[in-house]
Amino acid sequence: MMRSLLIAKTGLEAMQTQLDVITNNLANVNTNGFKRSRAVFEDLLYQNIRQPGGQSSQSTQLPSGLQLGTGVKAVAAERLFLQGNLQQTGNDKDVAIQGNGLFQVLMPDGNTAYTRDGEFQVDSQGYLVTSSGYQLQPAMTIPATAQSLTIGKDGTVSYTEPAAGGAAPTTVAGIIELASFINTAGLEAKGENLFVETSASGAPIISQPTTNGLGSLNQHYVESSNVSVVEELTNMIQAQRSYEINSKAVSTSDQMLQTLSQL
Amino acid sequence: MDRLIYTAMTGAKQVMEQQATVSHNMANAATTGFRAQLDSFRAVPVEGKGLPTRTQVVDETSGANYTQGAIAQTGRPLDMAVDGNGWIAVQGKDGKEAYTRNGSLKINQNGLLQTQAGDMVLSANGPISIPYNTSLMIGKDGTISQETPGVIPVTMEVVAQIKLVNPPADSINRGDDGLFRSKDGSPSPADPTVSTLGGALENSNVNVVEAMVKMIGLGRQFEMNMSLLKNVESNATKASQIMNIN
Repeated sequence: MMRSLLIAKTGLEAMQTQLDVITNNLANVNTNGFKRSRAVFEDLLYQNIRQPGGQSSQSTQLPSGLQLGTGVKAVAAERLFLQGNLQQTGNDKDVAIQGNGLFQVLMPDGNTAYTRDGEFQVDSQGYLVTSSGYQLQPAMTIPATAQSLTIGKDGTVSYTEPAAGGAAPTTVAGIIELASFINTAGLEAKGENLFVETSASGAPIISQPTTNGLGSLNQHYVESSNVSVVEELTNMIQAQRSYEINSKAVSTSDQMLQTLSQL
Repeated sequence: MDRLIYTAMTGAKQVMEQQATVSHNMANAATTGFRAQLDSFRAVPVEGKGLPTRTQVVDETSGANYTQGAIAQTGRPLDMAVDGNGWIAVQGKDGKEAYTRNGSLKINQNGLLQTQAGDMVLSANGPISIPYNTSLMIGKDGTISQETPGVIPVTMEVVAQIKLVNPPADSINRGDDGLFRSKDGSPSPADPTVSTLGGALENSNVNVVEAMVKMIGLGRQFEMNMSLLKNVESNATKASQIMNIN
């Protein structure tokens, strides 16, 4: 019926998506290991109503045509894997990655998921698990008698056990390995701070921390969310105003149709 | 019937078309790198044997507004903004070279540099392959450099240079997919004077105030055409009353 009405509708929808993404970011401002998203917009297809260069008569050409755009769409909520701040907790099972890489965890369905949230705990069998209870991969156990737990920059997990007299022996429980992807932004978020591999991310490349361009591990630290509240609020103001302007376009189109129908 | 009715009708119809463009610009007020579309009315005099009294109107796209949009820092290594005139060369879905100002780039599953829409970003030697797990940086002339992995002291090595072009504004136009292409179909040569900013994006260059005022103006113009149509109708009614015998 009227193009501008439908075009303004796409603008409203896009701004609604923008606001959804922003509020999700803001809600996760205190989620450890959270990576914020950004809504990406793209202009929709253009319609050539009149082609420029068309013949207006046998000997003359139209100097310019009429090309009408059809609005905007949200193409992606792209996840930004930028480093979050490292926050000291003092807890010996907290590990933060500084640099590239993700921890591997075993999901209950047998698949591997990936996370940046390094707040680990020990379950009843002594395995290092995430706060949802999923095992860190490669699996390693910490016995109940372990006294001091050390996680090195290169991922080596070791602990000491009390010995009858003399120095306490150090045992290596295992080495934490990190996964990296060609296109980390292509990972699919599954909730619970977990990501899974997709065809867009490529296959995981697993290596030890500090090798092959991977980051290093920092014990006693957690990586906080990388959401910047100031940036989100600025974007929110922009989204809200843009929404208002598009709704104004809807009401103007409506008024035009009203005058038309009152003829 | 009075010919005025057709003149007023085309006026209203073309106003509606241009309103579509204004709405399109407004809807894209937050689209990265978007260039506002410019529409203008053109007078088309109706010439014939009678008196040259009527001039109809057509709405036409006169081009795009190429002024610089505001630059926003994002800190993401794969974001880039073209500073001043110039374009980023990409490979459109039709395989031909196309140009965009949207520098929000990503790496696909094969390690190739793409725009968010999935078009390959081009260097002088075609698509750009990015080594994985490296800290990247985009320099002032579109050069992508990476930190050489595992080398101390830290050294940066050049991966590729994004092709940046600066064709004259009248030699390119917007395609159906929103990318710009040269009118004659031949790729533009790389221009070393185009400068870029890494870690930043260019906002849409739609001037919201201008678009809003234009929208109100067009709304009123539409109403004016509508009242002309009403006048025509009452004229016609009066005329047919004269013809009545009673």
